[in-house]
Amino acid sequence: MNFELTPEQKAIQKTVREFCEKEIKPIAAKIDDEEEFPWDLYKKMGKLGLMGMTVPKEYGGAGIDRLSYMLALEEISKASGSVGITVEAHNSLGIGHIYEKGTEEQRRKYLPRLTSGEAIAAWALTEPNAGSDAASIQTTAVLEGDEWVLNGTKHFITSGDIAEVVTVMAKTDKEKGAKGISAFIVEKGTPGFEVGVLEDKLGLRGSRTAELILEDCRVPKENLLGEKNMGFIGAMNILDRGRTAIGAMAVGIAQAALEESIEYSKQRQQFGRPISKFQAVQWMIVDMATEIEAARLLVHRAAFLEDHDIPFTKEAAMAKLFASEMAMRATRKAIQVHGGYGYTKEYPLERFFRDVKLCEIGEGTSEVQRLVIARRLGL
Amino acid sequence: MNIVVCAKQVIDVSEIKVDPSTKKPVLQGVPLKISDIDKNAVEEAIRIKEKHGGKVTVLTVSSSDAKERVKELLAMGADEAVIVSAPENADYDVVSKLLAAAIKKIGDYDIVLGGEASIDLFSGQMGPRLAGLLGIPQITYARKVDAEKDKVVAERDVGDVVVTMESPYPVLITVTKEINEPRLPSLMQILASANKPINEWSMESLGVKELTPKMETVEVKGVSMERKNIVYQDDVDEAVEKLVDSLAKEGVLR
Repeated sequence: MNFELTPEQKAIQKTVREFCEKEIKPIAAKIDDEEEFPWDLYKKMGKLGLMGMTVPKEYGGAGIDRLSYMLALEEISKASGSVGITVEAHNSLGIGHIYEKGTEEQRRKYLPRLTSGEAIAAWALTEPNAGSDAASIQTTAVLEGDEWVLNGTKHFITSGDIAEVVTVMAKTDKEKGAKGISAFIVEKGTPGFEVGVLEDKLGLRGSRTAELILEDCRVPKENLLGEKNMGFIGAMNILDRGRTAIGAMAVGIAQAALEESIEYSKQRQQFGRPISKFQAVQWMIVDMATEIEAARLLVHRAAFLEDHDIPFTKEAAMAKLFASEMAMRATRKAIQVHGGYGYTKEYPLERFFRDVKLCEIGEGTSEVQRLVIARRLGL
Repeated sequence: MNIVVCAKQVIDVSEIKVDPSTKKPVLQGVPLKISDIDKNAVEEAIRIKEKHGGKVTVLTVSSSDAKERVKELLAMGADEAVIVSAPENADYDVVSKLLAAAIKKIGDYDIVLGGEASIDLFSGQMGPRLAGLLGIPQITYARKVDAEKDKVVAERDVGDVVVTMESPYPVLITVTKEINEPRLPSLMQILASANKPINEWSMESLGVKELTPKMETVEVKGVSMERKNIVYQDDVDEAVEKLVDSLAKEGVLR
């Protein structure tokens, strides 16, 4: 048993923290307010290695372990949830699927531009009528000669409108349900591939969430990603890995709320003393701190299992479930500690509260996580 | 161009709190870091190396474990590190002699770089002492350094005046924090730095006999600031006059 981070993990955490304090935190409110997508920032993050964190060096990645990835993601999300989700979806899903399931040619063709931060990757599973019931997707892919012809509509796709490369899940065998789905790489600009509406969201407003429309969109035969009809299983593997990362994101946002609350409570004077001296306020902050610690340990343990090739599906689902629900409680309490000020845009608490809600929904709702855990418990 | 950078591990002074009852600084739990201006010196060394090639060795004398912090400098781009263990009560004299002995052992160097002063004690003595012990020219408070092939040209920031100086090699230069912005290492560099050598030398291995500190720290006390709490409640004109008077008496207004 060892809870100590390695010197490299500590160094990565410190570097990312310094980068975020300097480059992200000062513009986080603006990114949210103006729904900005700061390309320069993502390019800088690419140089630092944040846009291909766990991808090996030969494909331009940083080659860090999963636990370090979680540490980095916590720091980024602490500074800005919008940047956090963009980096998470790019690393875990967009790049993750190409690296995990791609052929050597596909990896060499797509990964270097994506890991360098020159281009963003997206991942398209969800459809208007297929959310938690992901196997019920209706997008189809039919092989005609040397090309796959894709038809359908994808929904809620993070960075979908700006991505250079999108992994699209589509039915290749209508009779077979989950075992008749395959994954395809679709490049931006392919005829028949269009961006539909952009979502106007509660939070994470500096991240892009797009509808993607595929209308007789033809991609070369070699753009099949992974084995035919194995796309759904592949997608579930990728989501498994993504879950821990959403947990890390929730921990980061909750940590930001905690730090703001400690700072504010020590300065805000009421009844002749700082409100931090009142037990009612102390207990709210103490509960936040304790729950954050518990969630962080769940995230780290799930990542540890992944790093050691030990099955982690249950632990990842638990980490995501607990961390995201914990972060909802923590950000709510943080607003309470700040009182009326917490409800205004003068302070970042309302942003944290809006941003973190997505963690209970994206990449599998809390209910789906409970379903996953129930199955692993043999229920 | 071979460069030795002297970098000191210090406590993060911004994290120090002062115990209000004893006025003593609370050092427990305060993190360690590389003195900020020494980081500027490391950055400058790496930039010179990027231009001319060569090798950057970071050198630190420390009474506590400095490996973790020194690794940050290796990740930034230094090639090798030397850590010399020092006695707890080491003063400027002891540390400068240890640094000089270590630099002589490292041997082949063109530039010795360091910050103008450390952020914890800020004496600014180390550079000049070291140049004396090594018998080489020194340029202190450099805010710009141009390392040319056979000489170095540097701008010294001495308050109201900027003095441009040049020197042949080898030379000792101390830099100010304005000289550059130290880089953040990438995740790739952090991982790669794990394999860079860190040499740990003892006083004995440097052939340094026992060194006796010439200075003793008697006490470290936090500066306490107390408000005078004077309130002027007369009519405004009179109050302003009184305020200006007392500010003048305090030497705030001249």
